[in-house]
Amino acid sequence: MGESNTYQQIIHLTDRMDYLSAHQNNEAVSLLVEKALGIEVPERVKVIRTILSELGRLGSHQLWWAAFGMDLGALTTFFYGLRDREKILDIFEESFGSRLLHSYICPGGLMNDVHPNFKTRIKELIPYLRKKLPEYDQLLTGNVIFTERSKNIGYMSLQDAIGYGITGPSGRGSGFACDIRKVEPYSAYDRVDFKEILLTEGDTFARYQVRILEMYESLKILEQLVDQIPDGDYTVKMKPIIKLPEGEYYQRVETARGELGVYVVSTGDKYPDRIRFRTPNFSNLFIIDKLARGHKIADLVAISGSLDLVIPDIDR
Amino acid sequence: MNAFFNYFSEIGRGVKTLLKGMQITNGYFFKPREIVTQKYPENRATLKMFDQFKGEVIMPHDENNQHRCTGCGICENNCPNGSIQILTRKETNAEGKSIRVIDKHIYHLSMCTFCGLCIKTCPSDAITWGQTFEHAVFDRNKLTKVLNQPGSTIKKEVKE
Amino acid sequence: MSPTWVFISELVLVGLVFLMFYAILGLFLVYLERRVCAFIQNRLGPNRVGPQGIFQTIADLIKLLFKELFIIKNADRFLFNLAPFIVIIASLMAIGSLPYAKGLQAIDFNIGIFYILAVTSLGVVGILLAGWSSNSKYSLLGAMRSGAQIISYELSVGLSMLAIIIFSGSMQLSVIVESQANGWWIFKGHIPAFISFIIFLIAATAETNRGPFDLAEAESELTAGFHTEYTGIRFAFFFLAEYMNMFLAAALATTLFLGGWMPLHFGIDTQFNHIMDFIPPVVWFFGKTFFVIYIIMLFKWTFPRLRIDQLLTLEWKYLLPINLFNIVLIAFLVLMGWHF
Repeated sequence: MGESNTYQQIIHLTDRMDYLSAHQNNEAVSLLVEKALGIEVPERVKVIRTILSELGRLGSHQLWWAAFGMDLGALTTFFYGLRDREKILDIFEESFGSRLLHSYICPGGLMNDVHPNFKTRIKELIPYLRKKLPEYDQLLTGNVIFTERSKNIGYMSLQDAIGYGITGPSGRGSGFACDIRKVEPYSAYDRVDFKEILLTEGDTFARYQVRILEMYESLKILEQLVDQIPDGDYTVKMKPIIKLPEGEYYQRVETARGELGVYVVSTGDKYPDRIRFRTPNFSNLFIIDKLARGHKIADLVAISGSLDLVIPDIDR
Repeated sequence: MNAFFNYFSEIGRGVKTLLKGMQITNGYFFKPREIVTQKYPENRATLKMFDQFKGEVIMPHDENNQHRCTGCGICENNCPNGSIQILTRKETNAEGKSIRVIDKHIYHLSMCTFCGLCIKTCPSDAITWGQTFEHAVFDRNKLTKVLNQPGSTIKKEVKE
Repeated sequence: MSPTWVFISELVLVGLVFLMFYAILGLFLVYLERRVCAFIQNRLGPNRVGPQGIFQTIADLIKLLFKELFIIKNADRFLFNLAPFIVIIASLMAIGSLPYAKGLQAIDFNIGIFYILAVTSLGVVGILLAGWSSNSKYSLLGAMRSGAQIISYELSVGLSMLAIIIFSGSMQLSVIVESQANGWWIFKGHIPAFISFIIFLIAATAETNRGPFDLAEAESELTAGFHTEYTGIRFAFFFLAEYMNMFLAAALATTLFLGGWMPLHFGIDTQFNHIMDFIPPVVWFFGKTFFVIYIIMLFKWTFPRLRIDQLLTLEWKYLLPINLFNIVLIAFLVLMGWHF
């Protein structure tokens, strides 16, 4: 479907693949087009794109935590996770008008400038979340019933993670250092100081812990960047019809679930000749068979919840 | 002996974590000001969306019933799935030349993906985002809207 | 009128009163659970149907009455229709024997607690019949799991009740409540009674298939449980019986450990006791019961579910040994007179 759309039109299709990491998906295609045309975006654009990626990651992890608790039977975690995610969605709604599917990051920069309240709202969000995230730990992580249900369940060794291509927090729970933000930094990630969370236990509890700690790291990145948004243009003037030079291009970003890769073959036309997405959920899905053997049916729920799958990404 | 003490300390630790979890939910039970539900149909009078909310695409008309659309068709070309159809007709203007004037700007709300490309690429800033979000209807034909109002003309200063 | 007719009409009247009480309390408990869980989750519960939403359960009941009651092919029709009634009868019989205030008791057996244990065991029969006669392997699996769970936890419930029987020296419910006139057993029996109380609470929520022990009927587990094949009013019966079992468990905890309808007394004939006596006993009884119901609801909405093997491990490896040890300790205490 991407092959009958121009590059700007592909953006709104990418949002819908992994709808919880919409910003990172848009960023992948935009970065690819900018790399191919050799355009350098302004600093303001880079910083805002990084901030939006991290906000998206926070929102996605909160929704994952909410749904994971609910699948295991602790029904109140659903409401606490979503209540806190509403604050992030309010920030999105104010600046670009939609809560989930934005198509905001486009080749050349952003669609329109952010609202003046953007910075104040993020500054209010950070202390609020710092107060609420320990509550998540107190409610679910420390709970003895939860640890009994998730420790030593679904052990994934490092060999398996690399062999099946499990990236993202699921792979980092087994010790696979695959964070694209550290391996190939893009946008403003080379300027911020954050830790890549790596645990070696490889069970469900380790994957859970990685995501919780990643939420704290996202808050740290936001704190560092929110005061440093430089002034400037929010976009570079692009031609109305974008034609990439002939050749093959590949771009990787780190979505909330793993590594998203975009591969484009261009023949110089305004439509891409071939476009393909390497989505993280597609690779993460196939290890459920191996992980679930030997456990009970009730553990299957815990294992597939800890792998954090979003189904539209698998079907594309 | 060690196993004996382990047994009891395990129970003690488990019970402590359970009590801490109950402490949070108990706390929220007694805090009615944390309730985040909005009573929707009752608060419609005071409900206000943000300025840039993507409700639907509208063509603003001023008080003389004039709009800014020239019928160029750029929005129709840029729309990814054909939610916009521009119908134009030929008219002779005051100087006797035959020009193209917009007849109907048909917008299929049922197919629109809200990507914003039509608004971004319009050269005369004729269309923009509206803020209504209550679009539920019983008949799908009501979702096909004609954006320019009947009898409206284009503003004088908008160039081709 | 002849004495037999008076007797019969008295029986019929008392039975009608209890049925009304059962039904209204059931409706109220369903509404209360939805409200409590909503407040815990930072939202409002039902608040549109009637003032503050109190008619919500009635609206749900009317909706359930309209559903089609279909008969399954190859299912044992007599048992299929009988199973919901057995659960309701079991819980109604048990609730009918509790003391609600001084003298406000339908019938005062001298083996009150033994009777209650026997009658609640009938509920297991109802559940197993429901699973078996549905002619579906998932229902049967769910019913077997539920049956295993209930039978295991009945041991713990019985032993916890035995603790109070040893303390008070009688199985008659009114005598147990009267013996708490100088203080509730949870205070008089200090640590062992407190341990028994905790174990009773955990075992009672497991008995009623509620809270963190509800994998036999939970929506997100793979088998939908023993009441999958029931629709409409029959499902409503199972649902109602579950809530009334929760009320029964809370009422038993109140009667045995927290003093039943007895106000909070410390010692005999003190000024404090006279002040406490102003509040009517029925208010005390229902206040304490609803407090225990609130704790049971907190259990459900805070904790994730236990797996079936973890559930059974909890009972047989943790609750039962502690309970047995506790009983021996209590017997020793009573012998030595080391309680208040």
